[in-house]
Amino acid sequence: MNEKHRFQGGVMRPFRVANILHENESTHTLLLSGRLPKAKAGQFVMAWLPEVGEKPFSIHAKIPLALTICDVGPVSHAMVSLQVQDRVWIRGPLGNGFELKGSKHLLVGGGYGAAPLSFLAQEVFRQGGQALVCLGAKTKADLILVERLKRQGRELRVATEDGSEGRQGLVTELVGEAIDAFQPDCLYACGPTGMLLALADLCKQRSLPAQLSFEALMRCGVGLCGSCELPEDLCLQLGLPGGWLVCHDGPVAMIG
Amino acid sequence: MEASLAVDFLGIQMKNPLVLASGILGTSASIMERCAREGAGAVTSKSASPEPRAGHANPVTLAWNGGVINAIGLTNPGCREEVLLLRETHERLKALGVPLFASLFAPTIEAFGEVVRIIAEAEPDLIEINISCPNVGSEFGTPFSATAKSAAEVTAVVRKAVSLPISIKLAPNVPEIGRIARAVVEAGADAITAINTVPAMLIDAYAGKPVLKNATGGLSGAAIKPVALKAVWEIAQMVSVPIIGTGGIRCGLDAAEMIMAGATLVGVGSAVALEGPAVFSRINTELEAFMLQEAYPDLASMRGKALPQNE
Repeated sequence: MNEKHRFQGGVMRPFRVANILHENESTHTLLLSGRLPKAKAGQFVMAWLPEVGEKPFSIHAKIPLALTICDVGPVSHAMVSLQVQDRVWIRGPLGNGFELKGSKHLLVGGGYGAAPLSFLAQEVFRQGGQALVCLGAKTKADLILVERLKRQGRELRVATEDGSEGRQGLVTELVGEAIDAFQPDCLYACGPTGMLLALADLCKQRSLPAQLSFEALMRCGVGLCGSCELPEDLCLQLGLPGGWLVCHDGPVAMIG
Repeated sequence: MEASLAVDFLGIQMKNPLVLASGILGTSASIMERCAREGAGAVTSKSASPEPRAGHANPVTLAWNGGVINAIGLTNPGCREEVLLLRETHERLKALGVPLFASLFAPTIEAFGEVVRIIAEAEPDLIEINISCPNVGSEFGTPFSATAKSAAEVTAVVRKAVSLPISIKLAPNVPEIGRIARAVVEAGADAITAINTVPAMLIDAYAGKPVLKNATGGLSGAAIKPVALKAVWEIAQMVSVPIIGTGGIRCGLDAAEMIMAGATLVGVGSAVALEGPAVFSRINTELEAFMLQEAYPDLASMRGKALPQNE
């Protein structure tokens, strides 16, 4: 049996919160006291707080393990309320992450979907490739990672729907221009499904391969319960096989 | 020399003996079609109950090298909605020549009769009666699989309600599973599915708490293969109806062992989660290679080989 499929994240292990970075009003990055050396950008972990619950989170960094968490529900609220030294239990890494193709990489994040892109930008940097990052959100307050990516010296374009930061409009408009100007070898994106579908169309028109990371309601996280199946019409639209599971086949879908 | 994986199960012609076990991925037409395309000989839907069920909160599943533990909690859209899903799935599977087995569950003996009548509207090739889910005891009490009497009572009610073939899914945690199997066959079961998951739990020492939200769950995967083999081996000595042997099957050799214990079909569950639906074609290839190597021309020549009467 393929080694990749034999472990499946195992049982959860306890980590402690070592440091907390405030990304915006509702989003924190937790730096944990441990590492996931085999993790790849785009993979995810299941994080458990006893008595609260367990949810999937994308990986922000592997050494030390870091998770960027937006306060959107009971579990993520408890996660952003954690203090230094508090414990959080992790199983993973799970799923299939991004795979860098070529040397020029266009990274696109929508809202808190930008969470895995700092990790991916670092992988690009390590490989000696070139990255251009496009981030979009409703307002300036909904953007994450902008300052961090700037500090890391990443080339960055920003769009907000209300124009409170960067260009006014949708990130997809920025992306169209970025494809023409930057001539990337591949596009990597994470964010709301609507944005991903628009990007898939755009990439199809430009014959650009795309790697799209999908979000879904996830329960088991290991391909058993079927909760995170991507709707069949989306699979058809994207050229994925019917019955595509976000946790097991994804979260990153290879398109084109 | 050739080795054939084809099998006749209650008059249903199947291309191979592998069955997607109930509770794994049988939640939509598209996902069951995917399993059929990837080589499953038959596909079992997730158990449907009288009313929709959300199931338990997370954590619901953990998987590691030794196995999988889950307490999903019988998540399903309810039997009326399930009929629509089964009809569509059946259409798609027919085109692929793969039979559909429909699993169901009910909280009372009487309700089994009502649910089976509704599910039968979809005309699946087999109805599997799940009387052995270990994860809903806090709601419904002791599973009907616990005694020969209650298992036979459910079987009789279901038998009276429908004429489609029925298989009763039994639990491993009983003193004499063979006796329970004989009781349900006498009550009208056409087949036996064995086993369901083994009641189990995980505790996290650092948290000082059970890991699953439901506290306890069902163990499956590699850890339970020996338990499943013994159950099937005992059942095969007590009844002559076909057995769907399920529990910890991960490779062709496992499937061969299960058939030698007396199984006609072989359920695959956790391995589908761990490896993806492509596991079916791999197990089929390995099983065929084993049969060629050991000169078994067909499954019948291997079936029950490990039973005492065949020694």
